[in-house]
Amino acid sequence: MSGVGLDPKTAPLFPIAAKTAMGNTQLRKNVRHATDLIQAKRARVVGEMPDWQDLREAGKQIRQHTMENLDFYLEEFEANCTRAGGVVHWARDAAEARRIIVSLVKASGSEEVIKIKSMTTEEIQLNSALEEAGIHPFETDLAELIIQLGEDRPSHIVVPALHKNRHEIREIFRTKMNLPDLGDQPHDLADAARMFLREKFLRVKTGVSGANFLIAETGGVCITESEGNGRMCLTLPETLIAVAGIDKVIPRYQDLEVFLQLLPRSATGERMNPYNSVWTGVNAADGPQIFHVVLMDNARTEILADEEARQTLNCIRCAACQNACPVYRQTGGHAYGSVYAGPIGAILTPQLQEMHYAQSLPYASSLCGACYEVCPVKINIPEVLIHLRNKVVKQKGLSAEALAMRTMGMIFRSERRFRAAQRLGQVAETPLVRKDGWIGWLPGQLGGWTQARDLKKMPKETFRDWWEKRGKNGN
Amino acid sequence: MATNTGTTSAREEVLHRIRVAKDGVADATSSQLGWNGIERRYQHQATRPREAVLELLEDRLRDYDARVMRAAYHDVRAAAAKMLGDRGTRRIVVPPGLITDWMPSDIEAVLDEGLTATELDRLDGVMTGATLAIAETGTLVLQNAAGQGRRVITLVPDYHLCVVRVADVVETVPEAIEGLRMTAHLATTFVSGPSATADIEMTRIKGVHGPRFLDVILAG
Amino acid sequence: MRVLERLGHTVEFPAGQTCCGQMHYNTGYQAEAMPLLERFVAQFEGAEAVVVPSSSCVAMMRDHYPKMALEIGKAELIGAVDALLPKVFEFSEFVTKRLGLEDVGAHYPHRVTYHASCHGLRNLGLGDGPVRLLKAVRGIDLVELKGLEQCCGFGGTFAVKNADVSGAMLADKVSAVLETKAEACTACDNSCLMHIEGALHRQKMDVKTVHLAEILAGEEAAQ
Repeated sequence: MSGVGLDPKTAPLFPIAAKTAMGNTQLRKNVRHATDLIQAKRARVVGEMPDWQDLREAGKQIRQHTMENLDFYLEEFEANCTRAGGVVHWARDAAEARRIIVSLVKASGSEEVIKIKSMTTEEIQLNSALEEAGIHPFETDLAELIIQLGEDRPSHIVVPALHKNRHEIREIFRTKMNLPDLGDQPHDLADAARMFLREKFLRVKTGVSGANFLIAETGGVCITESEGNGRMCLTLPETLIAVAGIDKVIPRYQDLEVFLQLLPRSATGERMNPYNSVWTGVNAADGPQIFHVVLMDNARTEILADEEARQTLNCIRCAACQNACPVYRQTGGHAYGSVYAGPIGAILTPQLQEMHYAQSLPYASSLCGACYEVCPVKINIPEVLIHLRNKVVKQKGLSAEALAMRTMGMIFRSERRFRAAQRLGQVAETPLVRKDGWIGWLPGQLGGWTQARDLKKMPKETFRDWWEKRGKNGN
Repeated sequence: MATNTGTTSAREEVLHRIRVAKDGVADATSSQLGWNGIERRYQHQATRPREAVLELLEDRLRDYDARVMRAAYHDVRAAAAKMLGDRGTRRIVVPPGLITDWMPSDIEAVLDEGLTATELDRLDGVMTGATLAIAETGTLVLQNAAGQGRRVITLVPDYHLCVVRVADVVETVPEAIEGLRMTAHLATTFVSGPSATADIEMTRIKGVHGPRFLDVILAG
Repeated sequence: MRVLERLGHTVEFPAGQTCCGQMHYNTGYQAEAMPLLERFVAQFEGAEAVVVPSSSCVAMMRDHYPKMALEIGKAELIGAVDALLPKVFEFSEFVTKRLGLEDVGAHYPHRVTYHASCHGLRNLGLGDGPVRLLKAVRGIDLVELKGLEQCCGFGGTFAVKNADVSGAMLADKVSAVLETKAEACTACDNSCLMHIEGALHRQKMDVKTVHLAEILAGEEAAQ
């Protein structure tokens, strides 16, 4: 699905996008392979931790507490970051964030930026805004590089190019990096990326990053990564601009002891990811001399206002839910039409759109609960999904489905109507029942069932009938 | 999204939205109380005896294909000479404040007084101390302090030799964070193995950026 | 029914019962589900124990009824729900946890594989209860299902609204079932079983689905 913009405002409905995605056998194979692998790794390192559930509970409580005091912590972060030489900006929405970042890059005097992988920058579609302003962004994360050179879009929060296998990646590198003899072993590809990017790291003066955590108590910023491109972007440029949703703040330095355990084990199935960088403002002798942080709302305050859905903001972007989800496993991330896909995407994306778009996403789930089980901060995703479905229904008002539901509700409210409905069902289905007692075709929306399954006809004697008969003959 | 660009700043508006959303203003007192009330039943302290903690660190480092040697303080120089010799390393960068007794004499040690990235790129490796190490995760924690230096010197060269004092080894992540609180404002890097990526078919490949080779001397 | 009576209990079936409201609640029609909660309470109030052969229904009640009662706002109802819920059990958990039994005197000489329905597994925490009950069945040949904890793809209205994905999830489940060469696939939820059976039948496979209770009801004489 290359070149397709992942914009919730224009994305096709999930059932349709899913069907298209599932038609791509290579994609499905890649997704299964990747998610199986990470799940197994995660299970191993989580199994080692006798206090895992206590960590999850602490993670949840810290995040909950943060949201309840979000204004205080954001102000505290701003004060401490500023005191240490950083400049803090605020953005109400994506458009404002883009404007601010573009002007900061221009002010830095550079026409290029090196970027660390940041879903937040994907969310606000920063790269196209930079390009439009005549600034060329270089993605330096290997997966994002693959995506950028392949003119593709990310399909997973932590492993954005997991939908690509080595051959597909080699093709992209061969053409775009002009390496006709490139081998297809993973290390060949990694070496090619290393060479290609090193030149950029040593030259480009301005860097753009996201942030994993903003530490209110110290004004520090924490970025977790694996490849080292983060460290490159955070240390070598003269100017660094970090953009973060307001939900990224954590209260105290000590809280890192919880998240630095929850995040690596959940995200990549490692005891610790290769590099974590924590820095505060500007250090005279070390790293960028100009440091900006852009704090962005972009509908997060709307989510905050919805008490039942507020837990969505607890997310620490580990993507464990994506790896565990049996729906994601079948479709991959692009089908969700958003950079946030899988279970977290199904609740975050429509809410970031203030429920005006992506209304099919809360239904892209069988409510199996596997996501909740693995979420390191205990977001009850199934509960939020149901809550959002309720919101969608209320929004839609009267519809054929709503009428059907209301009718069934009426039937279930009365024993007499229930029995009548059972009788009616037995009568109505008769023309559809084959000789072997099964139904192979159902009309309309119900046809979705008979697409791949038969439906047994209703039993001649319902349980009620059987019970009553028995009663008459004595127990 | 309705924005009030005229009179209210973005800052005021976002804070206002937050306060309306939670129906209240949070302050230092309420936050303090709330934060103190968070249940932290997870493991904080070490559970293993000291020797087991050191062995665990060694195991974890070796898992990352790092080489590890133990050496008494007075033997660090010899251990460093061996490790650097094995690698064929000739010219390394050293941070200000690195203990001179630790540095082998037959290696050219360039003191970092503001080397450019390109200059660093031409050196064979870097030698530093560390603030502390976490055994459970095989992590070295480096800060911009004497003997450890600027972040860039442990990033650009392809090989890093790190000397960790035995007394600075902790078992758990909470112990480490506790140990870092006093110097939390310093630029800090947690290093757990050489750089890696799993972006290509989930195969873990080492050394995309950052040093591909890591040696550790556990001193004391 | 048979199992409970074999174990010496008296079973009643309130005829006025209809539905727990899960379908409505989960699809977003919470308003329609509220009266069904009230009906459930009215029908079953005062029971010593309520046994439900469906883990998803029990999950619906445990997870959502208290919240729903609060929203309806009637003090009596809230109290009634609080009093009734501890007496509501999914069938297998009634036998293993409430009655503390594993052997219910069942006989079922067939090769069987067990699918762990999502609600039973994750919401009710049934654990290995159902498997222990199955292992105690005389004559049974119990074979483990690969990926038994993976969702079968039913998900209520999900099977209709997202038929393609549901079908793909179902196909994986059916493959795993066929791989076991079992004669029957069992679970604690008829919705899963109906789903799986639908595909098995469509593909003209000889494997049938049977509810856990049916297996436990199996007796020596009746074949």
